[in-house]
Amino acid sequence: MAKVPVQFTLNGSEKAEFIDSGTTLLHALRDKIGDTSPKGGCHQGTCGACSVIIDGELRLSCLTLVETCNGAVISTTSGLSEAGVLHPLQRAFLDTFATQCGFCTPGMIMAAKVLLDHTPNPSRDEVIEALSGNICRCTGYEPIIQAVLTAARSNSQNAA
Amino acid sequence: MELRKSYFADVRKDDLHEIGQPRPRSDSPGHVTGKTAFFADRNFPGMLHLKMVRSPHHHARIRSIDTSEAEKHPGVVKILTAKDVPHNVYTILILIQVGPEDETVLADGKVRWKGEAVVAVLAETERAAQEAAAKVKVDYEVLPAVFDMEEALKPGAPLVNEYHGQNYYLYDSGECRKVRFGDVEAGFAGADHILEESYQSSPIEHAPTETTGCVVAPEGNDRFTCYTNTQAMFFTLDNTSIILQMPGSKLHFVGGTVGGGFGGKVDVIVEPIAILGAKLTGRPVCFIYSREEEMQISSPRAAEKVVIKDGVMKDGRIVARKVTGYTDAGAYSRHSPYGAQKGAGHYPGPYTIPNVWIDTYCVYTNRTPSSAMRGFGVTIGDFALEVQMDKLARLIGMDPLEFRFINAYRDGDMKAHRQPTEGAALIECMQEASRAANWPVAEKYMAMSSYVKGA
Repeated sequence: MAKVPVQFTLNGSEKAEFIDSGTTLLHALRDKIGDTSPKGGCHQGTCGACSVIIDGELRLSCLTLVETCNGAVISTTSGLSEAGVLHPLQRAFLDTFATQCGFCTPGMIMAAKVLLDHTPNPSRDEVIEALSGNICRCTGYEPIIQAVLTAARSNSQNAA
Repeated sequence: MELRKSYFADVRKDDLHEIGQPRPRSDSPGHVTGKTAFFADRNFPGMLHLKMVRSPHHHARIRSIDTSEAEKHPGVVKILTAKDVPHNVYTILILIQVGPEDETVLADGKVRWKGEAVVAVLAETERAAQEAAAKVKVDYEVLPAVFDMEEALKPGAPLVNEYHGQNYYLYDSGECRKVRFGDVEAGFAGADHILEESYQSSPIEHAPTETTGCVVAPEGNDRFTCYTNTQAMFFTLDNTSIILQMPGSKLHFVGGTVGGGFGGKVDVIVEPIAILGAKLTGRPVCFIYSREEEMQISSPRAAEKVVIKDGVMKDGRIVARKVTGYTDAGAYSRHSPYGAQKGAGHYPGPYTIPNVWIDTYCVYTNRTPSSAMRGFGVTIGDFALEVQMDKLARLIGMDPLEFRFINAYRDGDMKAHRQPTEGAALIECMQEASRAANWPVAEKYMAMSSYVKGA
């Protein structure tokens, strides 16, 4: 199968790979580059576990061909904490017991980050809408909604 | 969090250090940073991918299997059929002497449900394995199938599973698990009202976000490391040892990190065949269910049918209860004989009833094998019992919560399966529920206790 060159920025690092044409970003990140924080739950764009941020927008990496990511700036949950200090969203997910099995968590955090980047003080309804593409089978969602609201509050307190 | 200390104040220990205190989860830091290693996060050079050829029929004889075209497909490394599996017929609960062995790892001569594994294809890529699996030719002679439990129990029904010889699990008590307590017919004869109702449920899929699977890596010394998301590590280890006829010392299982289980990952399904593939090829093997397989192939909660007949007095006492429960195991036992048995012990509910008769059947049909799921064997029964309780209360014109206080079991009461009640707290839970839901009941019920009989 023909290989294609792909170059993008992942969590602040330059990545360049030769990858089989037709490979999804999810497979490229997990199997080629070794960032396993995006998860494959359905490989058909319905569960949200593979969510990543591409050029500031929330994207499903299982439906994104890696060839379309040339020159892109990509963020995943594994790159969120800086120098061992958890991002406020990660801290809030910990403190509010918003993780159970943890499989949906990286995707949830990506969806929440895009929300807070665009809407620093979201309403509860806005949080629910922002997480509506991410399936969690353990928590019943309520602790996750609380985590996002808690992170938003701690962000605004830090800014004040 | 609030810890109510007023209940059982004279019998409780009060030197609790952990209960009532929030504690951080030890696994959360890994989850929020994406560092938690799920089985599919393991990647090994040269790893093969396993895909199953599955039965398109609910019940069929296999006339022949032709793998010649699939073997020629680029990237295919190994194709496995029943003859490659050292001990192909197994059952999970044989470890606790619940036999007979009734299920094939790979179908041998017959398929008994739509989706049953027939041929395993190992290839360099997932895509090559999938394409080659589509080239395996299986010639089937379709047989009559049965999908309804009561139909399956009728004389002349198609026989689902020859290892049982009949379409129900044969317990040491006979065709069903039985509980006999008091004289149920005398109880009905003396009752003011009789209510008989039937309740039915469909199979329910757990739908974990992480699908079932494992990654196996040969250690190079005839030992194999299996990274798995099983919920039943030692059942899986021991059953794999039996199926592959390999001592447990050759099997190194790494697990405990499960991306959602809910009972759906307690069966021993993916590990034995993946380890066999690794053994026969000398290569690492990944066998992971697609989302479609997770929804269609993995065991659901069993379909159940519950028929409840109650005799009740005008003053609210239930004097007789007869329950017939049916658990649809699908084509194979897995954990269903245990689930049906649990139902037998559970069916009187948390109520003290002097005359009880219970029969629970574990029935085989040509449906997807069912297995564990959150309180399997009792959850559907509880739904049926509590709907029945509401109907009984309505029948005699009594408040449904007060009706439950009258019948609630308390310490010292003998249960139908002859375990005396100990440590009951139903009365106290209902008192709290009454307050929390603002559903007041008469003061005499609020003064009751599970602990002091007759208080």
